[in-house]
Amino acid sequence: MATIHIDGRPCPARPGENLLQACLEAGADLPYFCWHPELGSVGACRQCAVRQYSGPDDRTGRIVMACMTPATDGAILSIDDAEAREFRASVVEWLMTNHPHDCPVCAEGGECHLQDMTVMTGHAVRRYRFTKRTHRNQDLGPFVNHEMNRCIACYRCVRFYRDYAGGEDLAAFATHNDVYFGRHADGALENGFSGNLVEICPTGVFTDKPFSAVYSRKWDLRGAPSVCTHCAVGCNTIVNARQDSTRRVLNRYHDAVNRYFLCDRGRFGHGFTAAPSRLRAPLARIDGRPTPVPVQDALRRFQMMAQDGPVVGIGSSRASLESNFALRALAGPARFSTGMAEPEHGLARLVADLLRASPARNPTLHDMESADAVLILGENVTVTAPRAGLALRQAVRQAAFDIADAARIPRWMDAAVRTLGAEACSPLFVATPGPTDLDPIARATYRAAPDDIARLGFAIAHGIDPTAPDVPDLPEDAARLAADIAATLRAAARPLIVAGTQYGTAALPQAAAAIAAALAAHNSAAALSLILPDCDSMGLALMDGLSLDAVRALARDGGIGTLVVMENDLTRRLDPAALDALLAAVPHLVVIDHTATPLSARADLVLPSASFAECGGTLVSTEGRAQRFLQVLFPDPPLQAGWRWARDLAQAADPGTAPVWQDLDDIVAAIAAEIPSLAPIGRAAPDAAYRLDGARLRSEPPRISGRTAVRANISVRDRPPPAAPDTPLAPTMEGAYGPAIPGALVPYYQAPGWNSVQSLNRFQQEIGGPMRGGDAGVRLLDGARQDETPRPRSAYATAIPAPFVPRAGEILLLPEPRLFGTEELSTLSPPIAARVEAAALRIADDGGATPTIALRLNGQRVVLPVIRDPALPPGIALCPPHMALRAFAAPAWAIVQPHGDDTP
Amino acid sequence: MFGILRTLWLTFLHLGHRRVTVGYPETRPALPPRYRGRIILSRDPDGLERCVACNLCAVACPVDCISLQKAEQDGRWYPDYFRINFSRCIFCGFCEEACPTYAIQLTPDFEMSEYVRPNLVYEKEDLLISGTGKYPDYSFYRVSGVKIPGKDKGEAEREQPPVDLHSLLP
Ligand code: SF4
Ligand code: SF4
Ligand code: SF4
Ligand code: SF4
Ligand code: FES
Repeated sequence: MATIHIDGRPCPARPGENLLQACLEAGADLPYFCWHPELGSVGACRQCAVRQYSGPDDRTGRIVMACMTPATDGAILSIDDAEAREFRASVVEWLMTNHPHDCPVCAEGGECHLQDMTVMTGHAVRRYRFTKRTHRNQDLGPFVNHEMNRCIACYRCVRFYRDYAGGEDLAAFATHNDVYFGRHADGALENGFSGNLVEICPTGVFTDKPFSAVYSRKWDLRGAPSVCTHCAVGCNTIVNARQDSTRRVLNRYHDAVNRYFLCDRGRFGHGFTAAPSRLRAPLARIDGRPTPVPVQDALRRFQMMAQDGPVVGIGSSRASLESNFALRALAGPARFSTGMAEPEHGLARLVADLLRASPARNPTLHDMESADAVLILGENVTVTAPRAGLALRQAVRQAAFDIADAARIPRWMDAAVRTLGAEACSPLFVATPGPTDLDPIARATYRAAPDDIARLGFAIAHGIDPTAPDVPDLPEDAARLAADIAATLRAAARPLIVAGTQYGTAALPQAAAAIAAALAAHNSAAALSLILPDCDSMGLALMDGLSLDAVRALARDGGIGTLVVMENDLTRRLDPAALDALLAAVPHLVVIDHTATPLSARADLVLPSASFAECGGTLVSTEGRAQRFLQVLFPDPPLQAGWRWARDLAQAADPGTAPVWQDLDDIVAAIAAEIPSLAPIGRAAPDAAYRLDGARLRSEPPRISGRTAVRANISVRDRPPPAAPDTPLAPTMEGAYGPAIPGALVPYYQAPGWNSVQSLNRFQQEIGGPMRGGDAGVRLLDGARQDETPRPRSAYATAIPAPFVPRAGEILLLPEPRLFGTEELSTLSPPIAARVEAAALRIADDGGATPTIALRLNGQRVVLPVIRDPALPPGIALCPPHMALRAFAAPAWAIVQPHGDDTP
Repeated sequence: MFGILRTLWLTFLHLGHRRVTVGYPETRPALPPRYRGRIILSRDPDGLERCVACNLCAVACPVDCISLQKAEQDGRWYPDYFRINFSRCIFCGFCEEACPTYAIQLTPDFEMSEYVRPNLVYEKEDLLISGTGKYPDYSFYRVSGVKIPGKDKGEAEREQPPVDLHSLLP
């Protein structure tokens, strides 16, 4: 630890950081614009000027940019210095000369970094009396608004979009005062992380377009910590609500997971909570038609149903652990299904087992960023786990960092590091059937069928550790590539293998685990990351249950009286014939869901559950991190959390033995007590009894407005605040709040003088480090392992698949999810729906020229547009799951039909 | 003793003073325009709603009796609903002070008594008047940089025409 002196006050500083960071960490108010903790310094805005003295005898000193000056031990600087203050005041005044008179109609207002910095520097009176330059705006698609007049040219947007996220369609144009940040022409921003511009841009140039349609000022929004439900990464979010509706989702910093950024699916996917497809009342099938019924009536109906034979529960990988567990308690562990069909069901368990058994590390997202050699084995990470894809994009910068370190250039000197390391890329190998967004930065790509990719993987493992099984008959080019990759991974200090379950084959995760195990034998930093499809896939894998196929077998034998399905649309999991057969064999179907689905339309009883914004719960991410989401809305009955419905059903069926959990903490404790692998989940977040300074935390900012008017059109009487037994956050503006609140409980970020998201700096122990109040979540898969002593090497999987052989007249359909359109809930959100492109099949160049291709799969005939891609291996086709073929999610051989052939 | 006599004398003197108490409602007091009574929403000189739904009045209100929701049409912000619960309003005038557009104004009308409180909840239809109120000239959108129908980029007061991005001239 170095010591620096800020206005005579000795403050600790980390060696290697810059003066701006050191000042902010010391709690000083130093204005800045262009520096960003994740994007580094470029010295573009000149706002962070301080006076630095060369020693105790130096009386004059000199003005320096704090963000461009390393903090050295004993540095003496002054923020308060008159000339430095004047410098900063002039900079803001210049920036403001062209600034429009927009704050009242600016969606940034109230959480605007420019407003904060202007106030901080004391610029209050406009002296400039000349004309302002103006810009035309662009239509940037359904996610982001553009209002270029407000730009202060800090360059953060292009630094994030181009340098950090690899986007190409946003750039800086023109010169000096006229500089413009936009696309070459109107059009939706193509990069999957464009929503982050909203938080990156310190002004109102880029604002959240869907939020603008239901706009509220930050000071009017209730917030709650939440967890994204749109993939298995488990990014931490803040969900904002006002007047009984969700308004937006913001990033919630988690040091080890998503840090500063979310993907667009996560940021804009919450719209399903207010979609017309929401279920709001229990529906019973009366005379063949779903009819709203009172809760008591619904429960009575279930009581009758439960007398007709065993109740079987089907859980869901998009429901919380609590809801799944309550259903498991209702049906009994032996009659509880994970709601996953094979191969997904088996793969989820396999992934959990591999991660637990692997001698390699199971990295966090932040760890993945510092890997210096990465192999992606058969997973299109940027669509199945978008935020992980962004982390992998940073991994290729390790080589540049090494060069910078050697040249003694601090890593935050962003422009210098990027220039110096422009040619240097750490090795990234992408082995996938189809193209991925990471291909352009990959050292090598390998296009092959999943089985061949797995064979490549096993060959790499063998190349690293000759005791691993060898792969017979490997083609020469693959063998050469395998040897190259093996040598590269072996030489790397922190190699990382990424695989997943996208292609429905166990061979890929097993091959990845074999490579990781081979590496771990001599490198304890080797890491293995395996990706599951849904936000609670890992939770279900740890909870365990029957597969859907087992449930079908049970139904066929007449073993099911009532099927209770929790938040799971089985039409996406079973093809129509299989689903029809299942439902025909089951006398009663009960669906608990927050959203109407084709399955709920067929149910005898539908119970409306709460969405992620309306209840609390726990999800386990693919890394095995249990994380709690808390409710921000308090819906009126009958809407309630899925687990409460399951509990009520259990009580209706059998009041004697039914569980009696009252609140979230009860059921969390019950889960922890009953399922050993989930025992630590209570520590994912503080429980409802948590108090800071003797008070509950508040979830509303202290200046929330309109409290006596917002409901006055309904009643002028005051309503007591809603009871909130499931959350440690008080639903009002009364309560404690401060920079030391636990990371798992952050309802919004605000600090005195800092009203924008930049106030996050005040909540971190050190900038870019853990939260002062502790990070959120608890890792479940680490078990008793010690990081230093590698666990005994797991036996290498020996089931090496045979080479892929194309079939005549058939084609292997492989699921290729998309960022927008294949994930169930986000697709119901209007801005995401606006970005969904029509389903198309990607196949190898078959010499054909027809724009469409007709397929027959399990008796269904579909005609799909084709994209012919010469890079693709022959005999396979990449098809988006759940689109043209709703139930399609796992590889399947489809018959290629000539056009016009309608034989069944 | 002297005190009592003095009081009597002063009281006697008042017999000759002009009366200040008026016989309301037969006689109406002349209140200055800046008197703080019933709140209205005014229109700009072009006859369009002045309120831009910025929420500043709502947050300034010490009793939180103003609530509104922003809506937008062709770049113009306006309140979808605008509600003042006058049964809570203390007529402090903070909202008028906070308003950046002169939309919300207090008027010298104080005759608002009702028998039931819900009748004191005024919606936008009850608040919006057809004129400019106390400030005849100001129009927020003439100085703001946003584009609205009839005012393109660069057409606001003290604005240059929009930059031509294809020019490299400094
Ligand atoms: S960017 Fe900030 S300062 Fe500029 S108009 Fe918007 S709120 Fe006001
Ligand atoms: S658009 Fe925003 S982020 Fe980009 S340069 Fe302008 S102010 Fe900075
Ligand atoms: S990466 Fe996944 S968890 Fe993160 S924001 Fe995107 S969809 Fe949500
Ligand atoms: S302060 Fe003025 S412009 Fe803003 S919401 Fe209130 S009345 Fe409308
Ligand atoms: S923050 Fe230091 S120059 Fe911009």
